[in-house]
Amino acid sequence: MSDFSEAFAAAFALIISFESSLAEIVGLSLQISLIAVLLASLIGLPLGAALAVFRFPGRLTLVVILNALMGLPPVVVGLIVYLLLSRSGPLGTLGLLFTPTAMIIAQTILITPIIAALTRQSTDTLWKEYSEQFRSLGTRPDETVIALLWDNRFSLVTTILAGFGRASAEVGAVMIVGGNIDHVTRVMTTTIALETSKGNLALALGLGIILLCLALGVNAAAFLINEAAVKRHG
Amino acid sequence: MDESRDSSANKGIRLNQNQTTEPNILPLVLDNVSYEVNGMRLIKEMTLALKSGSSTIILGPNGAGKSMLLRLCHGLIKPNDGTLSWQGPSGDNASFYQAMVFQRPVMLRRSVTANLHFGLKSRGLSRTERNQITEDMLQITGLTRLAKTPARSLSIGEQQRLALARAWSLKPEVLFLDEPTANLDPAATHSLEEIIGTIKATGTKIVMSTHDLGQAKRLADEVLFLYRGRLLEKAPADKFFEAPQNDLAEAFLKGELLWWHRQELKPPSEIKHRGDQ
Repeated sequence: MSDFSEAFAAAFALIISFESSLAEIVGLSLQISLIAVLLASLIGLPLGAALAVFRFPGRLTLVVILNALMGLPPVVVGLIVYLLLSRSGPLGTLGLLFTPTAMIIAQTILITPIIAALTRQSTDTLWKEYSEQFRSLGTRPDETVIALLWDNRFSLVTTILAGFGRASAEVGAVMIVGGNIDHVTRVMTTTIALETSKGNLALALGLGIILLCLALGVNAAAFLINEAAVKRHG
Repeated sequence: MDESRDSSANKGIRLNQNQTTEPNILPLVLDNVSYEVNGMRLIKEMTLALKSGSSTIILGPNGAGKSMLLRLCHGLIKPNDGTLSWQGPSGDNASFYQAMVFQRPVMLRRSVTANLHFGLKSRGLSRTERNQITEDMLQITGLTRLAKTPARSLSIGEQQRLALARAWSLKPEVLFLDEPTANLDPAATHSLEEIIGTIKATGTKIVMSTHDLGQAKRLADEVLFLYRGRLLEKAPADKFFEAPQNDLAEAFLKGELLWWHRQELKPPSEIKHRGDQ
């Protein structure tokens, strides 16, 4: 028990001092996950909205697949990206394995389906309300997608934050494609896994607390944004 | 809230006077048009023509097919049978000359001004033109002081006025109105009718559905009476209200309920209550 409380004390001391090794790990985590969320949003938002608006053969199959991909296991994504990027793989010549770029690729693949599927769901509801009016006005397809994304902006912020939460919390994919190399590809989740198995509970716990606070902060932000939106736009 | 106070008393505003110009898309001719959903025929073999220069009110009880007829005319749904054609010179490009206001106003989650801009953008107007028209429309419909307000926080009456302004700003030759005052109180209804009157005065053809007889009398030049998907009577308004030819129309005008089999209502004395001896 004393081990436990000591570990907590050390963890808090570590967070308060925020020494450079810790800062480096937190910084890299945020950098990778934010870029991954940005890329996934650029693909997922228009894709999700388009799936809500346009009717074409195979659409339902695509929606089902997309929903299924939301539960994509991170280690499997890691494995696939590993195979693609490894020396003998199709993209091996790029030399990206065990770099932050590889981690960004893996996380982007992981969360694009989440953002696209959630975007499709919420856009679908809005489109049911808007479709007759838009068709009456003769709104062009590209204008329709942009307008739906804009009018749905508050619930999409929640969607994007959900993607960010998933990216920053997963360990399987970044562990496999990043390799947890000190000062290069070590992020919060991989460090926690490594330091726990090494018995260095203070650092693991300190990072764990930061990760928890991040998750809490992200969710609080999502909640407040939604509240404000409901108040303003009804 | 005084809905009528600042409505269409609109001196000095340039309205689009297309009264004198020739129609671009009218008349609209429906030939034997039927529409069905899941085997249920909602519009049955309807043949009629809508001409420019008069306002047409579609009357009938709930479920008569009023909304369906408007949607068919506006092109939102396609008939399963029969043909529908705009016979004016620009008939091939008819959707450009029409607009529609729905029973429940569809408000974009943006400001009042942005809602008006959105409609105009779909017509490819420049920013300067959009600004000018938006300003005019806000003034005519009495929404200027609400220009920056989020549209969805307006009262339902104000929302419907905005929907009407958005439709009118497109300068349509034909404006379809689907029971636009069905959810409004008398003051808001009055305000909306005033605006509709102004739109009519600029030469826009109004095609409006309602089950409000008073409203029909106030706005109609011509009446279509629908019942269970059929057009039972089409007549000039004065003739229709004075002496309807169809017995169901007559019953409707008298405020009688139209039952499926036109059965007589039992007088209250004949209805047995529980506990009666």
